[in-house]
Amino acid sequence: MTADDTAPGALALDDKPAAATGTDPLLTVTDLVQRFRVPGGMMNAVAGVSFELGRGRTLGLVGESGCGKSTLARAILQLTKPSEGSVRFDGQELTTLPKAGLRTMRRRIQMVFQDPISALNPRRKIFDIVAEGLVISGLPAEQIRPRVEAVLRQVGLDPELVSDRRPHQFSGGQCQRIAIARAMVVDPDLLICDEPVASLDVSVQAQVLDLLDEMKHRTGVSMIFVAHDLAVVRNISDDVAVMYLGTIAETGDTAAIYDTPAHPYTRALLDAVPAPDPAAAPSGPALGGEIPSPMNPPSGCRFRTRCPIARAECAAHVPTLREIAPGHRVACHFPLVGEAAVFAGEATAGAPEAEAAPAGAEAAAAEPAAEPGSEAPKQD
Amino acid sequence: MAEPTTTGSPTPDEPLLRAEDLRVHLDTPRGLLKAVDGVSFAIERGETLGLVGESGSGKSMLVRSLMGICPSIARIRGSVRLDGRELVGVPRKEARTIWGNRIAMVFQDPMTSLNPVLRIDRQLTESMRLHLGLGKKEANERAIELLTLVGIPEPLKRSRSYPHQLSGGMRQRVTIAMALACDPDVLIADEATTALDVTVQRQILDLLQEIQAERGMGMILVSHDLGVVAGRTDQIAVMYAGRMVEHSPTADLFAHRRHRYTEALLGAVPRLDVPREQRPRAIPGSPPDLITLASGCAFAARCGAADDLCRAQRPELGEDLGTHRFACHHPVGTDAPAGADAASGDGADEKPSLMKETPA
Ligand SMILES: Nc1ncnc2c1ncn2[C@@H]1O[C@H](COP(=O)(O)OP(=O)(O)OP(=O)(O)O)[C@@H](O)[C@H]1O
Ligand SMILES: Nc1ncnc2c1ncn2[C@@H]1O[C@H](COP(=O)(O)OP(=O)(O)OP(=O)(O)O)[C@@H](O)[C@H]1O
Ligand code: SF4
Ligand SMILES: [Mg+2]
Ligand SMILES: [Mg+2]
Repeated sequence: MTADDTAPGALALDDKPAAATGTDPLLTVTDLVQRFRVPGGMMNAVAGVSFELGRGRTLGLVGESGCGKSTLARAILQLTKPSEGSVRFDGQELTTLPKAGLRTMRRRIQMVFQDPISALNPRRKIFDIVAEGLVISGLPAEQIRPRVEAVLRQVGLDPELVSDRRPHQFSGGQCQRIAIARAMVVDPDLLICDEPVASLDVSVQAQVLDLLDEMKHRTGVSMIFVAHDLAVVRNISDDVAVMYLGTIAETGDTAAIYDTPAHPYTRALLDAVPAPDPAAAPSGPALGGEIPSPMNPPSGCRFRTRCPIARAECAAHVPTLREIAPGHRVACHFPLVGEAAVFAGEATAGAPEAEAAPAGAEAAAAEPAAEPGSEAPKQD
Repeated sequence: MAEPTTTGSPTPDEPLLRAEDLRVHLDTPRGLLKAVDGVSFAIERGETLGLVGESGSGKSMLVRSLMGICPSIARIRGSVRLDGRELVGVPRKEARTIWGNRIAMVFQDPMTSLNPVLRIDRQLTESMRLHLGLGKKEANERAIELLTLVGIPEPLKRSRSYPHQLSGGMRQRVTIAMALACDPDVLIADEATTALDVTVQRQILDLLQEIQAERGMGMILVSHDLGVVAGRTDQIAVMYAGRMVEHSPTADLFAHRRHRYTEALLGAVPRLDVPREQRPRAIPGSPPDLITLASGCAFAARCGAADDLCRAQRPELGEDLGTHRFACHHPVGTDAPAGADAASGDGADEKPSLMKETPA
């Protein structure tokens, strides 16, 4: 796409806090917990999540269905009120922010959803759908049109041809372009994409990924990209967090996650991606079972009921997210550190633990406090 | 139109399932839509055919026509023979006994085949009592057997749940159990794992493969993802705009892909077995409208190697089933003709009606 009729800065909405640039992260999530009261008990959909998102960086958030990815995204946006923990966005605590402040914040954090067609109001014209954020912000009408048209061009749609149509006249991929235009028109600092390509076929998937990548480079927007497939986020992500049953199992930059995965769950997710090559040997044993209910997670390590290398220790203690290399953190008593042999059952797993000494203050700050009572082994 | 022969008995030299020049044309308000237009293939017992292609390429319509469950606006022509017995044009009542028992299908959304207000055990036993004439006790026992076979833990307990009480993966296992209930000869999985997690997808695909090997069924795996069918099929047919554009034994297709569309489709798959710099490449533009399809190669408008010949004359696929067939004037491995559209792959050929004009 070549449409460069818009200068990168031209979309900047009202004034942003001039300060707080530099090296501090755009988003810091600390010990975030999201519980829901459900018949028969409490649902710990997000059970203590901490991570940082640097400015202009993209975090791939990956895990199986039901692990809490969407709940985490909604809690960051304060669409549900987090039960515990903190969400700091650009230096400001969101969990305690009054309504008025939240409204401004929400404009700076935009979201794109999985099902592009149902996420767009079927009765409204494309122009109005995309313009909505600008209208709400009170921008004068004569300034709205050029901005909407510019952003439509950026996502590869011809404003003259699409403005007066309605969502049902578009394919899934085109609807996703419209949803991206709607999010980007207000020039957000953070774009949260919740499985934006999961319902699209491979070639349209690649088109939408290209578009998001281009948006990222054009505007410098930071991004959280949710997916259930590690292959999908490989190219667009700078960092990846692998989630399991409400917690983060492993996080690191893409090289760490894809080249030297340390958590057996990450390994299994990588192995489950089918290679389009009949000669490729099936990699690793298939992960059995399904993710347990967050209503009563397994004691100790939440993954242990499906983990191929679990031992007694795993049922007794909750593994904390600890740093095994700079920026590479894993919540496992027996991290693989790239040793596929361990996965096949060889008992070399304990060895790398020696390297796992916390690396100074940096690591300490990022390490979540152990859950209260987590040291006391639960009986099952 | 092929004259249906409804009475043929199984012929020994006939493949299990054979389609010949199969066409499914839809009478839509906008005009005739050729959803499937002249497709031929054959499957033996124990063999799996992978059917791949983008959304709208006619994969579902093709497998639905094998099952006799096309929309009422569909006209099915050509021939489909199961053990030598013609299915096209068979009266509905007779067809139902063939299709209901011998060809079974698993859909993308398990709720298509599950009744939300009936318990799992009822759904399983009812179809067995109806189709196989089993007694209540027998049917119950067999239901539990089937649920065990498809890997449902605590099958007795789970059989008493309603569909909404199960996870997506478990629901899909139940629909596989239902599909297997009448011991089909051919099992069709239409994007059966597309909506599932990669981990559960792998479990279900392994399960299907195991069951197929055990029972010697013929199988058709439909997917838009070449990764899903690569390691699990004997032959692959790549569909584009209602026709097969490449059809070949699986190993051959991946070793020497010939059609430009197959190559593009493969390039779009996000994969882990290549360096990170080798990004998935989007196929520019979108598939053509099947109602206003022009002459020539349907992929020409999106193809980097297309020339005037491609736009004027439709390349033929070849007739020899079992060989490597491809319908391309300038197959991969030959040089793109001089003067071909240099589609660069980044939106140069975006759907002209909606996409912005890209300055040359
Ligand atoms: N409002 C709610 N009330 C009760 N339970 C909820 C609520 N929202 C989510 N949950 C539960 O929390 C868990 C996490 O759900 P969530 O939708 O966040 O998962 P996800 O990782 O986004 O999964 P998917 O890949 O299927 O979208 C699930 O078990 C879900 O049933
Ligand atoms: N009931 C219908 N009425 C009119 N057109 C239809 C109908 N069902 C399908 N079609 C059209 O027939 C063509 C083939 O559709 P089909 O569902 O077979 O595609 P597919 O390859 O299975 O796609 P997908 O990957 O999205 O499932 C499409 O152009 C579709 O729009
Ligand atoms: S802590 Fe134990 S159970 Fe958990 S992932 Fe590591 S080895 Fe497996
Ligand atoms: Mg979700
Ligand atoms: Mg389909």
